[in-house]
Amino acid sequence: MALVPFLQSLGLPFGWAWFLSYAVFIAVICLVLMLGVAAVILADRKIWAAVQLRRGPNVVGPFGLLQTIADAVKFLLKEVIIPAGANKVLFFIAPMVSAILAFIAWAVIPFNQGWVISDLNVGILYLFAVSSLSVYGVVMAGWASNSKYAFLSALRGAAQMVSYEVSIGFVMITVLLFAGSLNLTQIVNSQSTGDILAFTHWHFFSFLFPMLVIFFVSSLAETQRPPFDLLEAESELVAGFFVEYSSGPFLLFFLAEYMNVMMLCGLMSLLFLGGWLSPINIWPLNIPALGIFWFLGKLAFLFFMMAMVKAMVPRYRYDQLMRLGWKVFLPTSLLWVVLTAAWVLVFHHHA
Amino acid sequence: MLLQALAFYLFSAVLIASAVMVVAARNPVHSVLFLILAFFNAAGLLVLLGAEFIAMLLVVVYVGAVAVLFLFVVMMLDVDFAELKRGSLQYLPFGGLIGLILVAELLMAGSVWVIKPLASGAVANATPQGITNTEALGRILYTDYVYYFQIAGLVLLVAMIGAIVLTLRARPGVRRQVISVQNARTAAMAVDMHDIKPGEGA
Repeated sequence: MALVPFLQSLGLPFGWAWFLSYAVFIAVICLVLMLGVAAVILADRKIWAAVQLRRGPNVVGPFGLLQTIADAVKFLLKEVIIPAGANKVLFFIAPMVSAILAFIAWAVIPFNQGWVISDLNVGILYLFAVSSLSVYGVVMAGWASNSKYAFLSALRGAAQMVSYEVSIGFVMITVLLFAGSLNLTQIVNSQSTGDILAFTHWHFFSFLFPMLVIFFVSSLAETQRPPFDLLEAESELVAGFFVEYSSGPFLLFFLAEYMNVMMLCGLMSLLFLGGWLSPINIWPLNIPALGIFWFLGKLAFLFFMMAMVKAMVPRYRYDQLMRLGWKVFLPTSLLWVVLTAAWVLVFHHHA
Repeated sequence: MLLQALAFYLFSAVLIASAVMVVAARNPVHSVLFLILAFFNAAGLLVLLGAEFIAMLLVVVYVGAVAVLFLFVVMMLDVDFAELKRGSLQYLPFGGLIGLILVAELLMAGSVWVIKPLASGAVANATPQGITNTEALGRILYTDYVYYFQIAGLVLLVAMIGAIVLTLRARPGVRRQVISVQNARTAAMAVDMHDIKPGEGA
């Protein structure tokens, strides 16, 4: 934190300087994330439109760039409607839980070497804990709305998220076995090399390649993106667990959903695609300060893949979803944990 | 240090308050949610102790999995909990006794450190010899006590198989989708050509 010595030189004691500089850092990251979510939502709609040979949002601002901001302002200006039979406290706590969990997950995501709010020893476990908590936003919203549609969606959501968390957990275990650490910075650094073709040392191009596929599909299910959007299935459940929500609380759910998608894309790029590392080790490309662009570029690429899936793949039926999670992904990832452990034992020496 | 003390008292106060609310809340769903809050604050206390691995596992296992199932059951059950709770006051002396015994035991264990400072050498250190507590726990579980760990795993496996055997029932006459069979189907298997003479029908 470069800000701490500066604030100390202004006469502040270390504790206060530390506190203030972190507050500024967190505020900046939150602001950037919100703008990022706005951009990602627009990109999602534009890609979706392009696949369907439409033009997508193109009225507000140049090329429709301000569309998401206009939507957000519209939501904030609308009236908050509370259903008559709703449990008022939980009805408002649910979107807050969703949004707060979506934000705090970013605390351990390193954007570049050392550009992280909290470099936790157990960073990957922290992310797993946060993502396993996000089911509460859905369940509480579904129950508190006092609506059959919302409740059905909440039940589906809880079962779906708990199921796919299992395979996500096993994929994370394979990666941390390979990297020998639970710290996200060290996981990325374990993929670095001095070779020119640096990308060949990423986990994606190693023994772990099938795990990226499983992680990608599981994160689609975890964030209720199509083809696993049974929670929101417009044709049956209208809008799922947030059918009774309007205005600001709805905005929080929407924000949380896309924030989680971005977080999982970022996590995939850290775990498998070398995070901020340059794919080719040639001078102008591998400057350390450029790392954030590599990280964001990989994040954007993975999000593009997710948007393409949303545009092209038809929705799964519920039993097919459960079959995929429990009968395909769970045994495969469990087998891969065993194989990876054996691989590390035989070929690696740092573990 | 001040920040740590503040965090400790905040976590403890919320933990105790939410534990009381688990029992006192009228709505069972609120009870479960308070239980989750209690788990969460306990995890916070563990982080303050330096045991971050256990803290994260507490959140993942108890809050992320066990409490979700609790919440599931409580939300779906249509039980009149006010009716169930009517007679609960008669268990108060017994519950109070158990609570008293637990408090006495905690006081005894805690006072040993104060009376006999030598015993403090036996206090578990969250980060022994400078290694992270994930590594320390891993060494204890998978190196020092690996056989006991495997036996515990076997017991759990037997319990899991038992639960499956007790609840699994094969219903006859249910047509299930077998995706491998569907994928293996070719045009030759799906289309059957018959040579039907005029006027005869199939």
